[in-house]
Amino acid sequence: MRGQESLDFAKGRRVHVTGFLTSAFTAIRHIAHAHGIECNINFKMQFMLLFSRQGKLRLQKWYVPLSDTQKKKISREVIQMVLARKPKMCSFLEWRDMKIVYKRYASLYFCCAVEDQENELITLEIIHRYVELLDKYFGSVCELDIIFNFEKAYYILDEFILGGEAQETSKKNVLKAIEQADMLQEEAEAPRSVLEEIGLT
Amino acid sequence: MSDVVEKTLTALPGLFESQTGAAKITNRLRQLIKSITELTSKHEEENLIKRELSAIKEQVSSPNTTMKQMREIMVRAMYCEMLGYDASFTYIHAIKLAQQGGVLEKRVGYLAVSLFLNEGHELLLLLVNTVLKDLQSTNLIEVCMALTVVAQVFPKDMIPAVLPLVEDKLSHPKEIIRRKAVLALYKFYLIAPNQVQHIHAKFCKALSDKDPGVMASSLHIYLQLIRESPDSYKDLTGSFVTILKQVLGGKLPVDFNYHSVPAPWLQIQLLRILSLLGKEDQSTSELMYEVLDESLRRAEMNHNITYAILYECVKAVYTIHPKAELLEKAARCIGNFVLSPKINLKYLGLKALTYVVQHDAKLALQHQMTIIECLDHSDFTIKRETLELLFRITNAQNVTVIVEKMLDFLCYVPIKTLTFAPDNSWFIQTMNDVFSIGGDLLQQDVPNNFLRLLAEGKPEEDDQLRLYAVESYLTVLKGHTSHLPQCFLQVMSWVLGEYAHLQESVDRREVIRLLTQLLDQRSVSSETRVWILSALTKIPEGQTDLILDLAESLSSSQDTVLRQQAQELRHLSQDSQLREWVLVENSCAVDSSLSFLDGFVSEALAAGAAPYKPPHQRQEELSLNLEPYSFSLPVSLSSCSITDRQSPTLLSVSSGLSGNSAELSTLILEGVKRVWGKDGYLPQKEATAPPVDEPSAAVQPASQQEAAERIEPRPEPSTQNQDKQQLASSLFVGLGVGSSVSLLGKSEAPPPRFRKKPRPHESSSSSGTSKRSSDSSSHSSRNTTDSFLYGSFPEEEPATSISTFDHTPKSTTANGLSQNKDTKEDRHANTSQILGGDMVIVRPSTIQDKHPPSVSSDLTALLPADLKDLPHSDVISLTSDPSLSLSSCRLFRDEALLLVIFISNCTETVIKDVAVQLTCEELKVCTGNVMDCLEARSTSVCHYALLMDDPHTNVSLTGTVSYQTQPGHTNTLPFSGTLSTADFIRPLVVTTEEYGKLWLSLSHDVKQNLKLLTDAGDPLRTTLNALKDALQLHVVDIIGSEGIVACRLLSGAPCLLHCRVNGAALAMWLRSPHPALPDFILYHCQRALAHH
Repeated sequence: MRGQESLDFAKGRRVHVTGFLTSAFTAIRHIAHAHGIECNINFKMQFMLLFSRQGKLRLQKWYVPLSDTQKKKISREVIQMVLARKPKMCSFLEWRDMKIVYKRYASLYFCCAVEDQENELITLEIIHRYVELLDKYFGSVCELDIIFNFEKAYYILDEFILGGEAQETSKKNVLKAIEQADMLQEEAEAPRSVLEEIGLT
Repeated sequence: MSDVVEKTLTALPGLFESQTGAAKITNRLRQLIKSITELTSKHEEENLIKRELSAIKEQVSSPNTTMKQMREIMVRAMYCEMLGYDASFTYIHAIKLAQQGGVLEKRVGYLAVSLFLNEGHELLLLLVNTVLKDLQSTNLIEVCMALTVVAQVFPKDMIPAVLPLVEDKLSHPKEIIRRKAVLALYKFYLIAPNQVQHIHAKFCKALSDKDPGVMASSLHIYLQLIRESPDSYKDLTGSFVTILKQVLGGKLPVDFNYHSVPAPWLQIQLLRILSLLGKEDQSTSELMYEVLDESLRRAEMNHNITYAILYECVKAVYTIHPKAELLEKAARCIGNFVLSPKINLKYLGLKALTYVVQHDAKLALQHQMTIIECLDHSDFTIKRETLELLFRITNAQNVTVIVEKMLDFLCYVPIKTLTFAPDNSWFIQTMNDVFSIGGDLLQQDVPNNFLRLLAEGKPEEDDQLRLYAVESYLTVLKGHTSHLPQCFLQVMSWVLGEYAHLQESVDRREVIRLLTQLLDQRSVSSETRVWILSALTKIPEGQTDLILDLAESLSSSQDTVLRQQAQELRHLSQDSQLREWVLVENSCAVDSSLSFLDGFVSEALAAGAAPYKPPHQRQEELSLNLEPYSFSLPVSLSSCSITDRQSPTLLSVSSGLSGNSAELSTLILEGVKRVWGKDGYLPQKEATAPPVDEPSAAVQPASQQEAAERIEPRPEPSTQNQDKQQLASSLFVGLGVGSSVSLLGKSEAPPPRFRKKPRPHESSSSSGTSKRSSDSSSHSSRNTTDSFLYGSFPEEEPATSISTFDHTPKSTTANGLSQNKDTKEDRHANTSQILGGDMVIVRPSTIQDKHPPSVSSDLTALLPADLKDLPHSDVISLTSDPSLSLSSCRLFRDEALLLVIFISNCTETVIKDVAVQLTCEELKVCTGNVMDCLEARSTSVCHYALLMDDPHTNVSLTGTVSYQTQPGHTNTLPFSGTLSTADFIRPLVVTTEEYGKLWLSLSHDVKQNLKLLTDAGDPLRTTLNALKDALQLHVVDIIGSEGIVACRLLSGAPCLLHCRVNGAALAMWLRSPHPALPDFILYHCQRALAHH
């Protein structure tokens, strides 16, 4: 059977060739399905990972429901792949039936998984805008800011991207929302700590 | 009064900020994070987190834990989860925190919930009531938080419970609430579309919301809706077009701009929607032509974001009902992408091209050379996308070539995919397909890697895989085998020989029979027969009769190897003891510590052998005596002058002949070629090039040469390039009209890589045609040559320096003329003497000096003015012969090491065409240059910038000077020298704080104890100063018994040194992003301290 196919193939019959090629190209996609990863056919982001050059995860946000083991496996794979890329290579790589878009800022890699048909450049710019937001919020952000204030980084991300879609692309509006919530935090906290200071509690 | 109170209250947060909970709360977390960074092993981390988690467990179950403490605990739990440890016992507490806490606790609680729980998690049901309560809260922040969590995780079945509340929020006065409500509804629509069917009208309201953010969010829903049924929303086309027009016209608030492009994300959403609406619908498409045209026109700025928009635009233009004018513009846009030197844009260009060739395959023709280049790109992603593109243009004529390329690609796929392979059967089956289809076209490493994968797996884990392989191969072999490629047969026989015993149900006789059958086939090559016989040898004994029969039949074979193997086979099968001894099962236990050598080592040490030293320590000794003839040889040897030691090369014979007595009294070693170096035989690059050839071209005066160039036909494109064009013609055959003929004429001009500055008058649209014409014209026009040269070296002083550069053999012609990628190759081909490629800096300037130069320090006075102030080393003599003497000096510039070479004419006559070539394989190399002439008794200076990307302990430089004393008679004078890494180390000035941050971010570290200088005062300070003097380090800070020091490799990788006094030694800890740099710096530190 196989032999028959390869013979036809050598003669250059188009039907067989296309069949074969398609199967070669979609092989990776099939694997993903075999893994039971259901992906909605829309452009939304699947997940975002921030990790250091040593491969330490600094932030992870999943926009598709996955089990913990799957998440671990995926992030291990993705981190490994991205770290293996050389500096001159492009910022995109194919992975399962998705595209990984990544960018390195100093020692930190920002990495998103999007649907194959998504516009990779705009995803790259989403990453960049997120970095801009972090930078504005922390004031020239560095990896340590994100390590020690990772929950803040999550808050900012949640105001920027909600459920895998860009929620608000205006820098001002995102930061305003965060500041309001932060302000509340201080207001709620200050009187309480005054009382604590005096020893009334 | 009340005013005062209010003021005090508002000031409070600021007053207490330093001591508020926020600071305290993160304290524990900080501790945790800090202690984790200090750990060195994964095992320690596991223990620490385990302890942390049990502490958390205790705290969360304690009734005394306050909500505030709980908040802090939750953050720590999130951190542990992020590191990959299970903290699932805290999930319920996260929900409790969101339920019972104040706003602050809620914020953390909701965040934890959204991070911890999946849509399907049952605990989410417990959150529903909290969400309901918060949605009705009067506190905006609480409503926001509830909506945020709803839009991320919410149980599908409970949607009806919150739906009315979320719907209400669509008309909330605050835009942030409306926006989040829209996104929550979008989420609902995705997971349960029928639940939100009734509120489509409200989406329409959101679309016309006065806040752009809300409107943009509603587009997510519309994109989804329209994708599902474009026909129901055709009436909205006008609105979308209007919105896009407004966005393009800059009607949105400025803070939606991104890098001065108005609301790019919004634009892209709209373009996607429009393309869906206009697909196969002429009348709708007509509505959007204008705005698409404007979109294409607007996106002119050169930034990623505009390209992202352009890409969507092009896709839209090709998706909707076609309009010739727009198609043409879009096709031109793709050109900008594909030709971009930025690899990300190139990638997207290929992707766009892949999309458009489905509509118009001829478009690929314009970019065929780029496609060919991308096909061989080192980046897997680019390669893959190119193949996808080729796949789309497959036709009856080019199919064989494309398939071949695909198969090449397949070589990479199998091993890569293994990591993702869902199960063994799939993997083996796929590999079977690859082997049987790809067959002997596959590169050898595919079967090799495959077998390695099988062999290296752990016995328990991978027996399954092996077993499956055995089974599947037996099935294959039972079938028709004559067509199977040899490499597949080899793989199969190896696997069967090695692992057939795993499959107990299979009769060994059957395996032997199948393999023997293969031997009988005529199509099986003798190499494969050897594989098969080896496999048969490995199959356990017991079937002696079959084996003996086989051995008997083969013993008369014509192939001696087979005969030999048959003999071995017979012996082994008859002598089971021998067999056991030869073929031990599972014998591959590797003793990586080499403990079996311990006895030998201790014996050798006892006998007085030197203890083992790691390579970087060893090099110190090695570098002393392995280069017998390098100039570092002590001068004291010169007394034993060796007059007959003339260089073997024809060129420097003259130096020996004309040598005067003064020269002879010293050792002339410079003429001797360095044949042997540290690493063995040094290939002689210079010697192979016919020496007379090159300068003879250079002898011609400039004008004459130009004339020659004009007459000379255009140099043939390099063979590599020809290959590419041939490939292009076979790939793109059948796409255009006169396919193979069109190739040269239509080939697009690749991006000029060799220019530093783009020429301003060269607009992207005209460049194609203008270059094409110059490409096909048969001789160069002087103008192009000039402008290229001036354009590329704008800082160069004209006349002399350019003309000297102009003389480098031939390459100028190609450069000036075609300005394409051939340039690089031509350069490589023509100036093959200059190994390693790109030039760095060439600025020869001839300084006339009437005094006879004796090698002395006054040579530094000849340095060009701009270099005089740089710190420099002593001038050392490199080499000399009766006519010329060479000396060099190193200048330390921040970003490079400048090597200055002084060439002095020792004769009374003019020396012509002096050319220096410098070669160094480890450094970024420099190029040679020809000087017109060197006046009698004058000295000329040329300098080279050397860059070191990867550190090496010592780098050897070799070079030659060629010159002419009489026309047509070229002499060559070789020289060599050594540079140490220390020459490339520069101080890195940082503050202690910066140092701390950098330290944490660096990965490679080395620790070692060094000698502490105790001769005077503070030992640490003395030692560090000694190091600083020797190595140009920057001492950042000294605190007590510790000191921190920083340096970098030129302007590249930093290296941080942390020194601590440890008894009588200095404990040195080095960190750098570069894996090898610490080793080299350590080596030089050791050396510096030893010499002190």
